[in-house]
Amino acid sequence: MSDFDTGPGGTDEKIPFMQQLLDSPLLLLVIGIVSPMVLYIVWGVMETIAIPLAQ
Amino acid sequence: MAEFRTCPDTGFKIDLNADKLIKWNAVTAVVFLLIGGLFGLLVALTRWPAVHLLDADLFYLALTAHGLDVLLVWCIFFEIALLYFTSAILLNARMVFPKIAWIGYWMMLIGALITNVAVLRGDSSVMFTSYPPMMAAQDFYLGIILFAVGALLGCLVFFATLHVARKEKTYEGSIPLVTFGAMTAAIIAVFTILSGAIILVPTWFWSLGLLSHIDTIMYRVIWWGMGHSSQQVNVAAQIACWYAIAAILFGAKPLSEKVSRTAFLLYILFLQLASAHHLLVDPGLSSEYKIFNTSYALYLAVLGSMIHGLTVPGAIEAAQRKKGLNKGLFEWLTKAPWGNPVFAGMALSVVLFGFLGGISGVMMGTEQLNLITHNTIYVPGHFHGTVVVGTTLTFMAISYWIVPTLWQKELVFPGLAKWQPYLFGIGMGLAATFMMGAGTLGVPRRHWDMTFADSAMGFDFPAAANLMMGLNGVAAVMGSIGAAIFILNMVGTILWGKAKVPAAAAPAEEAPAEPNVTGAATSYGSAGTMEVPGTFVLAMIFLVSFVLYYFVNWKYLSSVWGLS
Ligand code: HEM
Ligand SMILES: [Cu+2]
Repeated sequence: MSDFDTGPGGTDEKIPFMQQLLDSPLLLLVIGIVSPMVLYIVWGVMETIAIPLAQ
Repeated sequence: MAEFRTCPDTGFKIDLNADKLIKWNAVTAVVFLLIGGLFGLLVALTRWPAVHLLDADLFYLALTAHGLDVLLVWCIFFEIALLYFTSAILLNARMVFPKIAWIGYWMMLIGALITNVAVLRGDSSVMFTSYPPMMAAQDFYLGIILFAVGALLGCLVFFATLHVARKEKTYEGSIPLVTFGAMTAAIIAVFTILSGAIILVPTWFWSLGLLSHIDTIMYRVIWWGMGHSSQQVNVAAQIACWYAIAAILFGAKPLSEKVSRTAFLLYILFLQLASAHHLLVDPGLSSEYKIFNTSYALYLAVLGSMIHGLTVPGAIEAAQRKKGLNKGLFEWLTKAPWGNPVFAGMALSVVLFGFLGGISGVMMGTEQLNLITHNTIYVPGHFHGTVVVGTTLTFMAISYWIVPTLWQKELVFPGLAKWQPYLFGIGMGLAATFMMGAGTLGVPRRHWDMTFADSAMGFDFPAAANLMMGLNGVAAVMGSIGAAIFILNMVGTILWGKAKVPAAAAPAEEAPAEPNVTGAATSYGSAGTMEVPGTFVLAMIFLVSFVLYYFVNWKYLSSVWGLS
């Protein structure tokens, strides 16, 4: 990700991790999809599947 | 190649494709607000015991149409307009893939029409949640799926435009906070639409007879991944508008850009997990799942909202104090432009959203307390506190700026516009309050007849419950008049508004329109002060009310259960 290497002004200063994260729409998009997919959907679906069927 | 015009009011360089797309999406949104709002009024008049307007079949039809047209169609069309505005226009960039944006627009419109026809035909009164085993006609689901894919194309165009703006260096440093908020909305929207696709496509197959069975619990889990998250799209978009309005009217910069962006990050990380608060009484799901997703995660998202609730008024206070409105704690607030609907709508929505929607949401989102109000009309009370006096009122407020600016026309009824936010905000705020009151007394939501006249076992609600449902009807009429005035003003301005006299003319008396819109809304940067004593006092009042209400409900829960 070339976006990560240089700062706004193209300086060589190290950009803090949080700022790199907040400046990267793609990374935020991935986090914003994966986190609820795993913690909410996948976890919820697994629990639902685990419910035994009535005979 | 992209063509541009320059906005005489703001100096924005406006991509003509973006211009047209924003206008079409916004106008379509307003038309659906009209349709959906009318259905809302019919629903409220039916739930007013003394009026009881519609018969049962029509009631559920109207309720279905209301939920779909306002919650889905109005909000999302408006949000697509906002996405294009905050990307192409605020970043001074060209709009990427305008053709795809148009395909998205038509898919959304055709999808919305297909679903509306299905509902109006009368064979799809399943309400917007469409829980199986209730089955709607197949085109009901098809329309929603088309609409959702169209909206996804809109998000794609937004991200592509962000990317190209960065590549072409149309702005310096990081994206401005307003755009960042819109991006948060777009990110949540992508998850929302994916969840919707995962569950609605199989449900559509089921309605076509291609699948024999849809599991109800599974449906509810995944559907609420969409249903709840779409509300978080609304919240993020609405807060982006708050920051935009603060910047436009006051030249206000966020107290700390970092803190505000981190608050949006909390949304991206946690808001969607709170979807589980809709499943708190569902059997089969573990307490670990429910509590993790609705407490630990939810509270972090609520923290994000409280930060925004503090920093938006804080930014305005800082900007006003800089201009010398320094007397006492509140001169910055009392001397604010209360007659300007852009400000009044936004200020009301900050307060009402926090007090009505926010506090009740945290109460209901608590696993134990949820039992007091689950499936009562308290729930619609809560979300009219969020999505109506919060999101809808905010979108109305910013429209009073966007429409005259983009169309370059004067408002047709400026006098009515002054009163509109108060009529709509207070009317619907009261409606939300009365619904919550009736819900606390146990009145069910989505119920045609609270007297249970033709049921085998009767039940009498306390007289206060009937009274509150009546007052809800009165308040709903007031709110509907407010909504009608808004729609009249927007449509009237677009159709018959006088062309604006370029720049020179004196600015409207009360709107201290800052020529530096472009500065505060389009760049990254903080106000550089934390001296906002008035805002801290207001925040304390909010916190105390919040804590009191929360604990009163625990007390109330103990009496409902009668364990002693
Ligand atoms: C003209 C103003 C409005 C009035 C008078 C109104 C009134 C009502 C009433 C009385 C209910 C019925 C509650 C029940 O029986 O369960 C309801 C439900 C609902 N309203 Fe509104 N409302 C208005 C505007 C809005 C707006 C602007 C939105 C969204 C942006 C909205 C979203 C909803 C939703 C999602 C439901 C739930 C439908 C369901 O349970 O399936 N309303 N509204
Ligand atoms: Cu929710």
